[in-house]
Amino acid sequence: MSIRITIDGHEVIAQHGDRLVDVAADNGVYIPTLCYQRGKPCLGTCRACSVRVNGNVMAACTVPVSDGMEVEVNEPEVADMRKALVELLFAEGNHNCPSCEKSGRCELQAVGYEVGMMVSRFPYRFPVRERETAPEKLWLERDRCIFCQRCVEFVRDKETGRKIFSIDHRGTHASIEVDVALANKMPDEQVREAAELCPVGCIIEKGLGYNDPIGRRKFEIKSIRERALKRKHK
Amino acid sequence: MQLKIQTILDRYGADKTRLMDILWDVQRSDGFISEEATEALAEGLNMSACDIHETASFYHFYFTQPPGKHKIFLADTVIARAKGYEQLRETLERVCGCAFGNVDDSGTFGLYDTNCIGLSDQEPAMMVDDIVFTNLTPEKVERIIAGLKAGKSAETIAGVDRLDPAKIEYVEALVEDNIQNEGPVFFRADRDYPTLLENALEMLPDEIIEEVTNSGLRGRGGAGFPTGLKWRLGRDAEGEEKYIICNADEGEPGTFKDRVLLTRSPGDVLLGMIIAAWGIGSRQGIIYLRAEYWYLKAYLEQQIEDFRKHGLLGNNILGKNFDFDIRIQMGAGAYICGDETALIESCEGKRGTPRVKPPYPIQQGYLGMPTSVNNVETFAAVSRIIAKSADWFNALGTDESTGTRLLSVSGDCERPGIYEIEWGVSLNKVLRMVGAVDPMAVQISGPSGECVSAIQDGERLFCYSDLSCNGSLMIFNRHRDLLDIVENFMRFFVDESCGICVPCRAGGVDLYQKIRLIRAGRGSEKDLADIRSWGTLMHATSRCGLGTTAAKPLLTTLDKFPELYEKLLVTPEGPLLPSFDLKAALQAHEQAYQDLVQEKQS
Repeated sequence: MSIRITIDGHEVIAQHGDRLVDVAADNGVYIPTLCYQRGKPCLGTCRACSVRVNGNVMAACTVPVSDGMEVEVNEPEVADMRKALVELLFAEGNHNCPSCEKSGRCELQAVGYEVGMMVSRFPYRFPVRERETAPEKLWLERDRCIFCQRCVEFVRDKETGRKIFSIDHRGTHASIEVDVALANKMPDEQVREAAELCPVGCIIEKGLGYNDPIGRRKFEIKSIRERALKRKHK
Repeated sequence: MQLKIQTILDRYGADKTRLMDILWDVQRSDGFISEEATEALAEGLNMSACDIHETASFYHFYFTQPPGKHKIFLADTVIARAKGYEQLRETLERVCGCAFGNVDDSGTFGLYDTNCIGLSDQEPAMMVDDIVFTNLTPEKVERIIAGLKAGKSAETIAGVDRLDPAKIEYVEALVEDNIQNEGPVFFRADRDYPTLLENALEMLPDEIIEEVTNSGLRGRGGAGFPTGLKWRLGRDAEGEEKYIICNADEGEPGTFKDRVLLTRSPGDVLLGMIIAAWGIGSRQGIIYLRAEYWYLKAYLEQQIEDFRKHGLLGNNILGKNFDFDIRIQMGAGAYICGDETALIESCEGKRGTPRVKPPYPIQQGYLGMPTSVNNVETFAAVSRIIAKSADWFNALGTDESTGTRLLSVSGDCERPGIYEIEWGVSLNKVLRMVGAVDPMAVQISGPSGECVSAIQDGERLFCYSDLSCNGSLMIFNRHRDLLDIVENFMRFFVDESCGICVPCRAGGVDLYQKIRLIRAGRGSEKDLADIRSWGTLMHATSRCGLGTTAAKPLLTTLDKFPELYEKLLVTPEGPLLPSFDLKAALQAHEQAYQDLVQEKQS
């Protein structure tokens, strides 16, 4: 069913029940996401797509659109909230872009640029989290994990369907874990997919890093905004 | 090991949605959930070991390392802290021979912190294995530990070893009810459940829902969603099965009314659930009971069994074409499981993380089916509404907040315990009723609620549009350090955040650090501004009720008692904030340099 909603005052036509974040992208309005990927189930963990819907702040990836919805994306207060959430992530982990293997193809870094972040308003915590290097083909740089849950939900052992990645404990004690035996069974292609899926430099493919020269890295060729807005087809 | 695990798995048909029960059985058999057991479970359930561990490590009461022969959990609450908690903690460490968070060398005692265990009216309190001990003093603690050292069980020490855990005497011997007044709705004596149910089943399901709707009853867990509307949605929802869940995960610090309802009026709760099942069209109900109330488990199972014997549960209830049964799902220590979608996840054997909404549980809940989750008190109220009439209930309270509600009162008052109040009474009246002593502040609805001033807010009314209390009411007198209480509440939220969303996981820690900074005398005006702004961020962007309310201890006390903060603030001299310790920062550099030099030399 076709419906009408407004995004920052502009009327757009959408299908009832479509995800707000997709509807916005289809109409040229970029809303940053770190956990959500178009076409995949919504995870709703990063909250970086927070916008105002009929006056209430909501994560745009969780909102099915309905007729008459009034959406504010670029209203300054809510835009600053998105920025603050990205800043929180930078302060919570250790994100030293210049020395990171994922630099230039890191979604957190790219979104950092998009929200105009210069420095985090939150105190940097410099956590010390032990890295997991046991798997043969990949390792986990745990202090970069933002707990988006993408790897936990979307990477499964091909044969048994079992989880390969998981999150132990809760809250500030949460820790990304990997089942080493299952990880060692992952075909090379799946390892690459898992590393690509990771929006930060936490899941890193062994033997691969700093491969693309500066200027020709993923988000330098095409920005995260352009990539999000381009994919119109469903 | 394989055989033992197989026996446990067989008990639950190797159904991974029953992982909570499976983990409990393993732990109660082996003392903890070992790596070996985890591997065996993983094979039996076709899960990866890390998947099992993900759930096991989420909950406070599951252990993946040997926890000590006797597990001792001392409740760290603001009420206990006003009654000698610190001294008890020291005593325990001394007599057990280990620090909190550890097991003593002999492996006999494991000392653990825990948040509110639902005994605020008789604190300080602790759990030792399955037993609770209340009104603790250092002497009492020494006696208990000496008994354990002498080889006695916690049951023996508590004097309940000869009592049947399925009988109320057992529960009564452990904890007090402290029901302080008699109200029109709850704790009615000698109710005839077979007759009451027979009368209820005379009504058509739609009539039941209409009656509950007309009563104006709203959810007593705190959110206040109209119960009749929830049930209407449940009845209309499409689903092969429909489920009724009773939320008995009473985790909000300061509340204990559900414990007393389940002790004194379990039949009211069961009857309410059966009526809900009749209304919605459900065949299966679950009581999600917090692990802190383990001592109620056998008693409640007996109550359910008695209902079955009388034909009030099971197949063809009272001869009608109506099947409904109830099982108890034990939690394992997670405040977040009080959130209905986190609770459902937990019932499905997973980490207690709140789901993304929509869909709402009433459309897609437990096992993807329409599920009505209601509070213990809500079900008890329904049992009375259907017996008396919607109009009778509606006449109590105010127009928008009908009926009565139970308050769990604790803190600085003469008569802590359970009170039934009609909605619409003032805070002053309640404070007089409970014998509040020189009150300064009242914490309404626990940490997630509102801290109000006994002076300024005395004429405010208990009702959904003003003080919409979830049942927890803590009173703090003039001599209490309110900011210490705020710090404790902020730590509580850091402890209990599931961590799935960024604002709550990360923001909660920053706010906790802010109150510590201010209390240490190193905060400035800027820190207060940060608290307001970051608190607003958490409120607006968090995924569930925990995150949206976690800043409230700070925000509501800043609003009511700004002077407490202001007197601790310092004015920055020069360009540096008082929170920045220049000397310490330079020392860290010097230390790092020295370490490097030493490393090079060695």
